Amino acid sequence: MTDVAASPGNSNVASATPDTMSWDSRARRVMMIYLPLSCFVLILLFPFYWMGITSFKPNAELLNYKEHNPFWITSPTIAHIKHLLFNTAYPTWLKTTMFVAIGSTTLSLFASTLAAYAIERLRFKGSPYVGLGIYLAYLVPPSILFIPLATVIVQFGLFDSPMALILVYPTFLVPFCTWLLIGYFKSIPYELEECALVDGATRLQILRRITLPLAVPGLISAGIFSFTLSWNEFIYALAFIQSGANKTVPVAILTELVTGDVYQWGALMAGSLLGSLPVALFYSLFVDYYVSSLTGAVKE
Amino acid sequence: MSVTTLASRRVIEHRQPGWIVRLFDYKPFLIVMCLAPAISLLAIFLTYPLGLGVWLAFTDTTIGKRGIFIGLENFQYLLKDPLWWNAVFYSVFYTAVATFGKFALGFYLALLLNNHFRFKSILRAIILLPWIVPTVLSALAFWWIYDPQFSIISYLLVDVLHIRTSNVDFLGTPWPARFSLIAANIWRGIPFVAISLLAGLQTISPSLYEAAMLDGATAWQRFRFITLPMMMPILAIVMTFSIIFTFTDFQLVYAITRGGPVNSTHLLATLAFQRGIAGGELGEGAAIAVSMIPFLVFATLFSYFGLARRKWQQGEAND
Repeated sequence: MTDVAASPGNSNVASATPDTMSWDSRARRVMMIYLPLSCFVLILLFPFYWMGITSFKPNAELLNYKEHNPFWITSPTIAHIKHLLFNTAYPTWLKTTMFVAIGSTTLSLFASTLAAYAIERLRFKGSPYVGLGIYLAYLVPPSILFIPLATVIVQFGLFDSPMALILVYPTFLVPFCTWLLIGYFKSIPYELEECALVDGATRLQILRRITLPLAVPGLISAGIFSFTLSWNEFIYALAFIQSGANKTVPVAILTELVTGDVYQWGALMAGSLLGSLPVALFYSLFVDYYVSSLTGAVKE
Repeated sequence: MSVTTLASRRVIEHRQPGWIVRLFDYKPFLIVMCLAPAISLLAIFLTYPLGLGVWLAFTDTTIGKRGIFIGLENFQYLLKDPLWWNAVFYSVFYTAVATFGKFALGFYLALLLNNHFRFKSILRAIILLPWIVPTVLSALAFWWIYDPQFSIISYLLVDVLHIRTSNVDFLGTPWPARFSLIAANIWRGIPFVAISLLAGLQTISPSLYEAAMLDGATAWQRFRFITLPMMMPILAIVMTFSIIFTFTDFQLVYAITRGGPVNSTHLLATLAFQRGIAGGELGEGAAIAVSMIPFLVFATLFSYFGLARRKWQQGEAND
């Protein structure tokens, strides 16, 4: 069935098999595409499978490979998750992380929408340079900023407060979002705004009533990207937050759950699984926007 | 927002816009107002700390004590510090090997995904998962996979395949630990590279391949003379990003080894954290962080020339 379907009109490499090939194109496709692809998927997903299966394994199975097949669970348990939710501050960490992620996303979306609108639509002398400057800010990695930023945060009296993270995360979110939104604004015909101007709308009315509604896909992409990036951020959260209750999930799992010499692998993996779940869910809802923001930014 | 709603109501009431409305419609003022939030956030939390970091690198600041200017002393100290040299070596090695691995495998994956088959969009979504999930959390999974006693890889090698007789000591000795971290980094980087390059691959016109096939080009020739040159600009950009963020990587190493065993897996970023935040020597930590800048500038220039080449190939107007 694939032989017939694959040969005409398919300009890709796989269907271009010369007739002299001794094996038919279906077998070739399996060997050349499906087999390597499944290897990739297997390797890319294995750590998640391992994470998942470890979170539901009772300790006896977890540490005994001789009698239990490590790839499967014979008697699944939710003890690790229970322990995590009721004996640790995990719910608090989740709440803090959510608060920080939503706060910084909102702040960066607000700042970058206005900036992108000014750069792309209110064109002024030097607007391309402002755009480039904001873009260059993206190339400054957090690793060289966290030490001086820590002193700045202390100066502002924000040390050990989630507010610090909300204010700091936009440094890497705003450049990306601005860049993404400039691209979206570019795709909206300028004539629409001109019409509104002629009809006597003010510039802010134009932004609110015409440009923003049309840029919703761009705003969603930027929002998802910001949310996942702030959820995943680690180095700032590690450096600026000290008290257990204010920690974000990634930091808290590493610093609060990893204790002593015997690691609670079940609880650690359950924590990782739960901490990954919100972003994974969020991502799966908007996967197309996410991919387009990732690839759109590269193409720009 | 409230200003506009207020304003539009006033328009109806008085038929004459108030001064706030007129002020916000005055273009130079509006431009300043629009740029203010983004620029001030970046200036306070990015540009100022960047400058402050360079300043700190020339002082002997510690936590709780304002430092004084000590010139190049921090850097002189670092140049004599074998741990710093070790971190430089491993940062470069880590970046080079991981970038090579990510791009070789990522490009291959992108080429595979560029074929037509069913469930392609689902597959694309699944493949991005390692990139979405918080790095520290997947790093923890790798830590568990690399466990000296209960590593699943050791289990496979020893008990299932019978290739080895003893467990692999992934993180206990320097070189295996270095390569284990690189493997985890490659695992995490493949999706980003593959999906970005896939976007580039889809912009290449199929007619080029058709023409080449009519001329009798082999699959390798089509790759070498069409795909690769057309992908150069996007490869350059993605690679620059990847190099910058691999070189300054922190999370993976901090989560899995914290620089051990015997400081053999310290990257510059983890060393800076250890000295600057954990050890309290802010000045020295800042000097280590600043010492990353020359490498980053080099990577950015690499991107610049990649972009310049693109303009030269496709004409200035093609943006």
